[in-house]
Amino acid sequence: MMAGNFITNACLLILFLPLCAFLINIFFGKRLPRQGDWISIIAIVTTLILSLSLFIGMLSSWNYKFSHEIYFSWIDLGAFKIDLGFWVDNITIVMLLVVSLISTMTHIFSLEYMKGDIRYNRYYAYLGLFTFSMNGIVLANNLMSLYIFWELVGVSSYLLIGHWFEKHSAADASKKAFLTNRVGDIGFFIGIMLMFTAIGSFNFQEIFTGVSNGMISGSLLTFAGLGLFMGAVGKSSQFPLHIWLPDAMEGPTPVSALMHAATMVAAGVYLTVRLFPVFTPDALLVIAYIGGFTAIFAATIAITQNDIKKVLAYSTVSQLGYMILAVGVGNYTAAFFHLLTHAMFKACLFYGSGSVIHAMHHSLHELHDHDTDPQDMRNMGGFKGKMPITSLTMTIATLAIAGVPFFSGFLSKDAILAGTLYFVDHHPEHWVLAFFGFGAAAITAFYMFRLIFLTFYGTPKMPKVFEGIHESPKVMTYPLIVLAALSFFIFYTLPYFNPFADYGWFTKLIKAINSAVPGNPTAKEIYDGVHDAHYIAMALSLLVASFGIGLSFLMYFKNKLSPENWAKRFGVLYKLSNNKYYFDENYNRFLYQPFLRLCNAVAYIDWDLYDKYFINGFGYIAKLLSKITGRLDYEGLDQTLVDGFGRTANSAGKNLKTVQTGRLQNYMLFALIGVIIILVFQIT
Amino acid sequence: MESLSNYLIISSTLFSLGLFGVVTRRNGVAVLMGVELILNAANLNFLAFARFGGMNMSGHVYALFVIVLAAAEAAVALAIIINIFNNFNTINIDDVSEMKL
Repeated sequence: MMAGNFITNACLLILFLPLCAFLINIFFGKRLPRQGDWISIIAIVTTLILSLSLFIGMLSSWNYKFSHEIYFSWIDLGAFKIDLGFWVDNITIVMLLVVSLISTMTHIFSLEYMKGDIRYNRYYAYLGLFTFSMNGIVLANNLMSLYIFWELVGVSSYLLIGHWFEKHSAADASKKAFLTNRVGDIGFFIGIMLMFTAIGSFNFQEIFTGVSNGMISGSLLTFAGLGLFMGAVGKSSQFPLHIWLPDAMEGPTPVSALMHAATMVAAGVYLTVRLFPVFTPDALLVIAYIGGFTAIFAATIAITQNDIKKVLAYSTVSQLGYMILAVGVGNYTAAFFHLLTHAMFKACLFYGSGSVIHAMHHSLHELHDHDTDPQDMRNMGGFKGKMPITSLTMTIATLAIAGVPFFSGFLSKDAILAGTLYFVDHHPEHWVLAFFGFGAAAITAFYMFRLIFLTFYGTPKMPKVFEGIHESPKVMTYPLIVLAALSFFIFYTLPYFNPFADYGWFTKLIKAINSAVPGNPTAKEIYDGVHDAHYIAMALSLLVASFGIGLSFLMYFKNKLSPENWAKRFGVLYKLSNNKYYFDENYNRFLYQPFLRLCNAVAYIDWDLYDKYFINGFGYIAKLLSKITGRLDYEGLDQTLVDGFGRTANSAGKNLKTVQTGRLQNYMLFALIGVIIILVFQIT
Repeated sequence: MESLSNYLIISSTLFSLGLFGVVTRRNGVAVLMGVELILNAANLNFLAFARFGGMNMSGHVYALFVIVLAAAEAAVALAIIINIFNNFNTINIDDVSEMKL
């Protein structure tokens, strides 16, 4: 058992070390040697060590009921009281490890990737800020501080997407990400406030107790839950707010790996996992549908994208949809499990793509070719021999994401699909959820192998560029190797070695708790149901995965089937997918433009009517009044009364001056007259 | 005719003449002479009161003091007038109005 003191101190350090690194780098980074990157590295490695020691402590104590809560009073006004603090349990510890591990990898990877960047110190500072806020979300024990860190994460995401803000596309993407997130956060805030109004606390445990005591129930609880889920929709980029994530790839690739693939976008999933007990069955159904639909919908877009990072971006959206689906069907530990495995292999894939882009970029740079897109897969091909480590690690991660046995993704995806099957078994009218799940699995396998075949196999499409391709330096390949290794099943099933079941430390230590809402199945029911559906889910998922991989193999490796012909055959569908279902265009036409028109109309009313006539009218009247009072003041008071005193004194002085003749005898005469007057008065 | 009122009439006449001289004369020496007349009018009063008013010997003493004072005053005033003459080349006191604004 870990000592409570150690946990508290470790959590404080984990939280605040990256913040210190941020503060030092943002203020003094430019003046430090190596622009202060070593400060960030030291801070993040310490964080990683502390998270690891917490994790080892968790493993050695082997207690699935472990929970440690510390808080202090922030606002205390008698009846109105807000406490801030940490809630550390096994989920928190695993999540802390994920965040600090991926963050460390990003810090190391960026040493080479961002070398020579003009805002190098700022980049590292923002990474620190992000790590701080993400850890804050993970550690929060209440909705209030979670919301604060939630917004901080949004800010750091905005800053990092817009790191190269000289590029218009990057500046636009950062704004888009920020604003789209705001839409979700409005709902999130409404949800928080509904909970607070009903229960009177922000604390998770108190909210759970309040919900199970029926302090908030029925449709209000559904709305509160959906409001909270809206925050997750924005942050985890679910349909219909998925539009920002692919654009966020304008940021530096390590940032995409850290934030827009592995950790930050998982914050939404983490939130739903944390708050699972408060969702009503209706809310969970909505969550399941949104997640499932996002999973298959984003996957179909990923098929036709040619930009390597765009494929991965849509793949991320799709995988996040998977996790949300798992929460929706009640199997939320599977969602968290997929979050964990996905973080590893998706970060690996992003670093791999970063490595490829880095190589392409250098090769193009040497050819003085600045027009070719270094991210377009149509310009790649055959890189396997030139970049053996990148190619191998990316292939491993792809096997994991496709759900091939012996890899981590197989276990977590299997758990999600089994949960979905169990749910469909109990609610046959929602069979489409299972279709979403398995369909997305097949498509995922297809497009991920398309990416691998197009990039690393086949003949080079641009032989000149191909000549200059080199494997990336060690600081870039080491994180790849670490993360690829973590994509193997063994790290998640220890101390057991069965590659076909997710039976291991994770399932032993992270147990679902019962929903606080009456009417939801209990954790045990879900667990047993998932267990029963396990083998059929595994068989089906293996089937669809091999179908996807096989199709991809035939199309892009053996060239037996021509992708061009297929694209022509499904012309309309291909166009829809390639243009991302025209979401941006339609949002622009049906949301932004009407909104802009509304804004213009309001601006017209405000400026041309209200300001011009009402406000300016007041001004005019005030001006008139002041003119009158000014006249009264100046001409009446000043000129007559105030100046009158002066004038009187002046003329009196002028007249009396004549008495002062300067003649001694006159004065004497006056004195004499005075004496005579006094004498006369005395006598009488 | 040896009565106090006769002496007082003479002394007030003398005082009025002196005062008139002081106020009207332009010549500094004449003004000084007016002042002497006023002093002597006061002296005459002292002596008259010493004789008839019961002031006795104090009146005589005061008279002697006044004579001394008049001599000193005359010495100082004449010195001033000589200086005025040296500086302004006139003893008309109306012309000596340097300090008037």
